Parts: sequence; structure tokens; C-alpha cells
Amino acid sequence: MNMLQDSLLELIRRTSVEIPEDVHRAILNSLEQEKKGSIAASAMQIIDQNIALAKNKSQPICQDTGSVIFYVECPPGYDQIVFEETARKAVKTATKKGFLRQNSVDSITGKNDGTNLGPGAPALHFHQHRSAEVGVKLILKGGGCENVGAQYSLPNEKLAAGRDLEGCRKVILDAVLQAQGKGCGPGILGVCVGGDRATGYEASKQQFLRKIDDNNPNPELDRLEKDIVATANKLGIGPMGFGGKTTLLGAKICVLNRVPASYFVSVSYMCWAYRRQGVSLEADGKISQWLY
Amino acid sequence: MLKLSPPFTAEKMRALKVGDEVLITGTLFTGRDAVHKHLHEGGKLPPQVNLQNGMLYHCGPVVIKDDQGRWKCVAAGPTTSIREEPYQWQVIRDYNLRGVIGKGGMGDKTLAACKEHGCVYLHAIGGAAQVLAERIKRVCGVYMMEEFGAPEAIWEFEVEDFPAVVTIDSHGNSLHKDVFAASQAELAKHL
Ligand code: SF4
Repeated sequence: MNMLQDSLLELIRRTSVEIPEDVHRAILNSLEQEKKGSIAASAMQIIDQNIALAKNKSQPICQDTGSVIFYVECPPGYDQIVFEETARKAVKTATKKGFLRQNSVDSITGKNDGTNLGPGAPALHFHQHRSAEVGVKLILKGGGCENVGAQYSLPNEKLAAGRDLEGCRKVILDAVLQAQGKGCGPGILGVCVGGDRATGYEASKQQFLRKIDDNNPNPELDRLEKDIVATANKLGIGPMGFGGKTTLLGAKICVLNRVPASYFVSVSYMCWAYRRQGVSLEADGKISQWLY
Repeated sequence: MLKLSPPFTAEKMRALKVGDEVLITGTLFTGRDAVHKHLHEGGKLPPQVNLQNGMLYHCGPVVIKDDQGRWKCVAAGPTTSIREEPYQWQVIRDYNLRGVIGKGGMGDKTLAACKEHGCVYLHAIGGAAQVLAERIKRVCGVYMMEEFGAPEAIWEFEVEDFPAVVTIDSHGNSLHKDVFAASQAELAKHL
């Protein structure tokens, strides 16, 4: 095994068994908010126990270890082909070791060869930057919450949502309403306003790389993010849809340009089992720093 | 917190109401998509799988063999139940099921079957794979492994204090319907 492969294996392990600190804080906060003795509070308690147990046993937080998505930032000249080959080996090993479930299925034949490798699996996104550093971020995106994502094309007559931020607000809150009980809430929303059907969803997912407690640099979007969370938490949907105070732990919104004819709002939903980690790598592939 | 233990009778189930938290002790059989489809198409169950007055768990567990060759369940969270909505009412009727455990709730056909036959839908905590696996004290057997593969096979688990919430009771109530209606009405005030 080489150093890069070891580092990527450790990145996968830690992502699968440990919740990032910012998410854990949000979960503890929500546990405190829920009324003592309510079903919502016991659901949050079990979730918190589960987080501790997974970490101590070094076993997956949830048995659905999701789609494996890498985001790589690298300087010009970095060998992406070697990185991809190494990442595939690390995924295969992580699956053998049980940090990932055998979770990747041929869409036509239904066959699962048990390696988590195949067309589009794992997914890798490369991005060049001027600095010499290599940064690798990883998201394990569960299926149950992926199923409740939604893409709206505005105007939407049924929801009386026009092509403005007010219209965006309406459809985003509709997505929260429709997702209830499914997708293992309390959840986190990643939203993209604009783009096309593919880039919109892609950008919405990249919002999950942001920390839960950060602020959006765009003041208008920052206001909308906070308003979505506050309003969603007034709806009484609660953890698992049992009723309660925490429906959302966060909402992150970004914007892409669009063509005049289209106005998409793409909403991705992340469950409480929010598995995201990242590392900076030294030149030889060794982990120099954890990013979350 | 109410304790539920065998025999699982219709009377015990009728005493439960939406919102009750229960701790289940006893035998659970897992069954998900392949099992439901099999039963719906008139398939038989192996004789060891006694679903009569039993509890069915929508779950695709991760089970490994330990050093001594014994099964050990390492992850066992619920899977989404609504996929079994077309079939569940029939299984409840044919086997006098007393409990269906899963996540996300079920629809009107299951609600009606629960009412008619004295069954409840129990919501386990989605994603809590580790906590729930700890409550599985013994893996008693696995059936139809050849046909369906490990996640879809029927696993027989002995559980102790397995936590769940009644979200559909046997009196025609559904917490899912109630919360949806209330949250929809509340949302209208904020638009
Ligand atoms: S939605 Fe998330 S927590 Fe729920 S089962 Fe899927 S991966 Fe696990």
C-alpha cells in the first residue's frame, strides 16, 4: 500500500464512523431544544447514543453508507489519473473492512459485485487551484435522504411561486414539507438557485461541504438560509417526522447563472447522519491536517 | 415507555395508541422488498418462519460470522416502509401480524389492515444502526438466503428492549397523517 491509499482509507473510515464536530454540536443543540420526555427528545437521544457507539466501535454510523463522492482540490500538474486509481483501491479496501457497506448495484442487472466500484462509483470531482496543496473532501450520501431531494422549475403555479427569492422560499419550504418522515430528519438542505438541471443539483450537493454554522457571504442568501431554518422549525415536523421543534439543522444556498428561459431551484436533502470529512495532504500523500 | 413482550396478542396491540413509545422484547423476523413480492405472488415461507401473531421488521441488516462461526448483527437500522405498501395489508391479514416495524410510515391500505386485524406500525429510529444492533441479543437463524441474498433474506432476531414509536395504531390513527396536516396548515401561515 502506498501513503496516499492509506490516507484515503483513513479518510473513508473516519467519514463513515464519525460525525463532524459542527454537525454533532447542532444535534446536541437540537436534543436540548426538544421537550423533555417527548418522542422527539428520545429520538434525538438515540441518535446521540448511536453517534457515540459508532465512533467507539469504529463501525458505520448508519448501515447505508451511501454514494461515495470525492472532491479534490489540486495544483496544475497533479496526476488525477493516479489519484482516481488509488481512490478506487481505497474504496474497495474500505468495503472489505466493513467501513462501507456493499452498496453499489448495476442499475440494469441488479447485480452487486461487492466492491463499490462501477460506472460513476465512486464519483470524483477535480478542481485546480494555484496553491501547491492537495485537499480531499469526502461525502457519503445516504439513499433515503437522496430520494427526497427535489428540483422545481419556476414559475410553479400550484405553489404560487414566481421567479424571485420569495418564489424560491416557497418551493424550498414545500420540499421540507414533502420530505417529512422520510430521509431521517432532522435534516440539512443544500440548495442551488439557477444553473441547469445537472449543474443545479451538483452545486446543491456541494453546499454540504460548508460547515453548518457558517454564514453565507451574500447577505440576501444568508437571510434566506436563516429564515428557511427558522420557519421550517416552526412547522412542528420534528425528528423522524414524529412532531417536535427540530425539523432542519441547517440550510445552505448558492446561486448559479441561468439561461433566460430556465429558473431551477434544486434542493438536496442530507439526513442527520451527515457524513462529511476532509484532509490536506503532504506531497507524499500523508495526511497533514483534518479539515472539519 | 411501554414494554412489549410475547405473546403478542391483538388485545395488547389494541391497547396501544399513536405516540406511545415501546421497548420490544421477543422475536422479530426481517422482511423487505423481495420477501413481500414473494408472498404477494403466492410464495410460501419455510416452516421455521412463523409469522403468526408475529413482528415483521423492514430491515436489511449487516450480519457477519464471528470467530466461532456464529452470526453477529453489526448494523440493523430500519429501511423505508412505504415500498411495501402495495403488499403489507395482505401479509397482515394472512399471518395475523401484530406489528410491522420500519421507518417513514405507511399508507391507507396498511392503516385499514391494522384496524381490521389488530396490528400496529412501529417506527424505529432511522439511521440508528448501531444502537439497534446492540438490542439484538441473538441471531436465531436466516432463511431464503440463497434466493434473496443477505440484505433481503429473512433473519430471525431475538431482541431485548428494542425501541420504537407507535405511529399507526389499530384504531385508524396515523401520526404521519396528523403531523402532515398540522405542518401543512402551519406552513400556510408563514407564506
Ligand atoms: S437517510 Fe441517512 S440516516 Fe436514514 S437510513 Fe439513509 S443514510 Fe441512514
